[in-house]
Amino acid sequence: MKQTEQLTSRMTDKLDYEEMLGCMRCGFCLPTCPTYIHSKDETASPRGRIAIMKGVVDGLIEPDAGVEKTLNECLGCLACEPACPAGVRYSVLLEDARAAITVHKRATGQMDVRERLIRKVVFDGLFLSKSKMETATGFLRFYQQSGAQTLTRKLRILDWFPDQLQKMEAVLPVVPARSERVLRPERIRAAGATTARVAFFSGCLMDTMFYETNANTIKLLQAAGCDIVIPETQQCCGALHGHAGEQTGAIALAKRNIESFESLDVDYIVTNAGGCGAFLLGYDHLLKQDPEWSERAERFKAKVKDFASILIEVGFLDRVPLTLPEQLITYQDSCHLRNVQKGALAPRMLLQAIQGTTFVEQRNADHCCGSAGVYNLLQPHIANDILEMKMGHVRDTSAQTIVTSNPGCHLQMQLGIQEHGTPTMRAVHLADVLAEAMDH
Amino acid sequence: MEWINHLQTELGDEIVFSDATTRLAYSFDATPNYQAMPDAVVAPRSTEDVQAIMRLCQTYRVPVIARGSATNLAGGTTPLAGGLVMDFRHMGKILEIDEKNLTVTVEPGCITARLAEAVEARGLFYPPDPSSMKISTIGGNISENSGGLRGLKYGVTADYVLALEAVLPSGDVLKTGGKLAKDVAGYDLTRLLVGSEGTLAVITEATLKLIPLPETKQTMIAHFSDLDGAARTVSRIIESRIIPATLEFMDKKTIEVVEAYANIGLPTDVGALLLLEQDGPSEVVRRDIEAMHAICLTEGATHVEVARDEVHAETLRYARRTALSALARLRPTTILEDATVPRSEIAEMVRRIEAIGRTYDIEIATFGHAGDGNLHPTVATDARDHEEMERVEAAFADIFAAALELGGTITGEHGVGAMKAPYLEWKLGAAGIDVMKGIKLAFDPHGIMNPQKMFAKAAKKRLVQGGGV
Repeated sequence: MKQTEQLTSRMTDKLDYEEMLGCMRCGFCLPTCPTYIHSKDETASPRGRIAIMKGVVDGLIEPDAGVEKTLNECLGCLACEPACPAGVRYSVLLEDARAAITVHKRATGQMDVRERLIRKVVFDGLFLSKSKMETATGFLRFYQQSGAQTLTRKLRILDWFPDQLQKMEAVLPVVPARSERVLRPERIRAAGATTARVAFFSGCLMDTMFYETNANTIKLLQAAGCDIVIPETQQCCGALHGHAGEQTGAIALAKRNIESFESLDVDYIVTNAGGCGAFLLGYDHLLKQDPEWSERAERFKAKVKDFASILIEVGFLDRVPLTLPEQLITYQDSCHLRNVQKGALAPRMLLQAIQGTTFVEQRNADHCCGSAGVYNLLQPHIANDILEMKMGHVRDTSAQTIVTSNPGCHLQMQLGIQEHGTPTMRAVHLADVLAEAMDH
Repeated sequence: MEWINHLQTELGDEIVFSDATTRLAYSFDATPNYQAMPDAVVAPRSTEDVQAIMRLCQTYRVPVIARGSATNLAGGTTPLAGGLVMDFRHMGKILEIDEKNLTVTVEPGCITARLAEAVEARGLFYPPDPSSMKISTIGGNISENSGGLRGLKYGVTADYVLALEAVLPSGDVLKTGGKLAKDVAGYDLTRLLVGSEGTLAVITEATLKLIPLPETKQTMIAHFSDLDGAARTVSRIIESRIIPATLEFMDKKTIEVVEAYANIGLPTDVGALLLLEQDGPSEVVRRDIEAMHAICLTEGATHVEVARDEVHAETLRYARRTALSALARLRPTTILEDATVPRSEIAEMVRRIEAIGRTYDIEIATFGHAGDGNLHPTVATDARDHEEMERVEAAFADIFAAALELGGTITGEHGVGAMKAPYLEWKLGAAGIDVMKGIKLAFDPHGIMNPQKMFAKAAKKRLVQGGGV
């Protein structure tokens, strides 16, 4: 069998034909798609991408480099899903197509050494095991604290790395010491009367690089009357694996997370990163080959909710006054929090409740910022164009504070400020700004 | 192919695409079951580019399919004969908003909603509002003579096109009309190009009429226990010399499907639903809404609700706005038709559609623009089921025949394209088709402009009810 025929059959096996057939090609997704808005090219639209996947399965075209390119260029922001009249689950098609391509490339030795190495380190190493992530962030802390960062910058060692990586290095947050991070108890009691019992999904990046934000989220939940449990056996959500076509890794992580949470007697499983939250909600599809696990996933996902929606629901705003010095605040939606977790309203309600500040909605706040996981590293040109447009809308609001609700968006907005912003601008996670307003 | 190389040399690689992925992405529009690969896709940057492309295509006899956002529902932009798809991603600018003459001049790739937003920011109004206006282009709207929800009061795209620039297959530029309220110099070529579905020339610039933006708008909804109550209400409103801005209709089946999908508390024992809107000076709007409210009640409405504010209005519009989404989720394939009748015949037409659905045992839900008699009988089906698709096609043939019998037409706003070409003769007769073919020949002697559209190889035989031919 020719290699393209092999890939065609892999995609045919993997892709849900009913789902592709559900696309009416009405085009309602076009004005919501950042890559289509950017290029006005139908190969870069959700409708186009579904037609291309279906075209491969129908035998109209071969799965050549052009097909892979258009699938790689998708941000996966899923703004197309709420816009779709027919309710097509584009995310499922995209991840299955990417998985088929990844499996095929690996099996046929088409993956070059560089890509194999990166995937090995990132997916089998870092994100598959929390202790390795701990070690890696430990190195990052050492790098930042020991003077190595200053030295590296002085010696211009970063010049050896791709441009985009250099820019990202500059906006990484300062990692707190490990000793600070291991002190956290597994169970935390609510302040005052209990309003809900929650299990906190701590995430991998959020619990290392953005540890401070996790600590603040817990503080807010506690103030809102939540009894909190943070199961130690939990793992990375698997989103990065899933989005990159590494479904085997994603499935392993999903199972371990379900095991960690399912026995807990809680009302909610709380997330504070839109990307993780959305991926947890897709566990049932990820595990669909295994009915028993898929059922466990259904029960698991029924409890998953973002922390902002929970705060609103349990009456946080009635319990805790929020105040900050006078400033204009704008919000950048996390695509997955908005489009998958349907959590666009709560963050805005919380921000609007901060006394002394003014909330300004930016134009197209619901459009992706171009971060999209590791997209900004892999597709820097498109990502940078999208970011530049985004920062234009941010500047139009005159806001100094840009609030985000996902680590990727957070770093991307930092990068946006560095490249296109003003010196007084800052990017801050919703939990951090709320904690600041609580203490003020 | 030689012509593609030639095109690339003349215009540059960056706007000429012939890779399989691109060709696939331009092989369809929003019409179910129509797909064909073009040989190449070109994205001109200017009228001069379009001229060069047309000269070359004329020389090589290559089919040219001008394409906006491909949202059309009649196969109009599917490249059935292969050839070159022309895409207007680089020609989408708003060139001028002329506040002295109340006109706007745009390139064809301009998105309809963007135009509407830009003129509304200056207190002006471009009324045509096809449901796809957030996606559709002005070039596409002009080529299809698109309608919309405001058709009854404000007319359709054709009523707003004042002047056009178009490139003929020869590469020559044709300029029609002007920023003029009156212009009788010769045949009305502007009006001829509007709705010509890309079969005559490629539109490269359009000047459109604007009107002052209405000051206020008010929304209401009315439920009826039966279809006739709703139909009588529509007639009585018009008879009372009220022309509402919107007068939308949903039948029982549509209401059931919307409620099952959206759970918004619509009573499913209702026979029909009307959504009514009026715009204009506040005292006129208030007076008309009160009068329509009274008419609804007199004609037996079981529930009438007037919106308190814009948020409330949005919830009232929700049922109608959700109709397509709800219907689209029933089965894999959704076919949306647009048979149109004089508004006095709406109740009769809906009844005939229901009977046809029963005859062929298919699910048809009907909603649409009651004010202008433009209905959207919508079938939920599965394109893979050939036996059922045959029944669907037969049902639609009967629906077209019924519309014609009631003094209506086979298509109110979607266009003929490929899907309705076999039925065009039913509407126009042999003489009408001959005149149209003569016009086509005068513009496009070699038949390169959007071939296999509008004119069928053979007209469909029309079955008279009862059997005979």
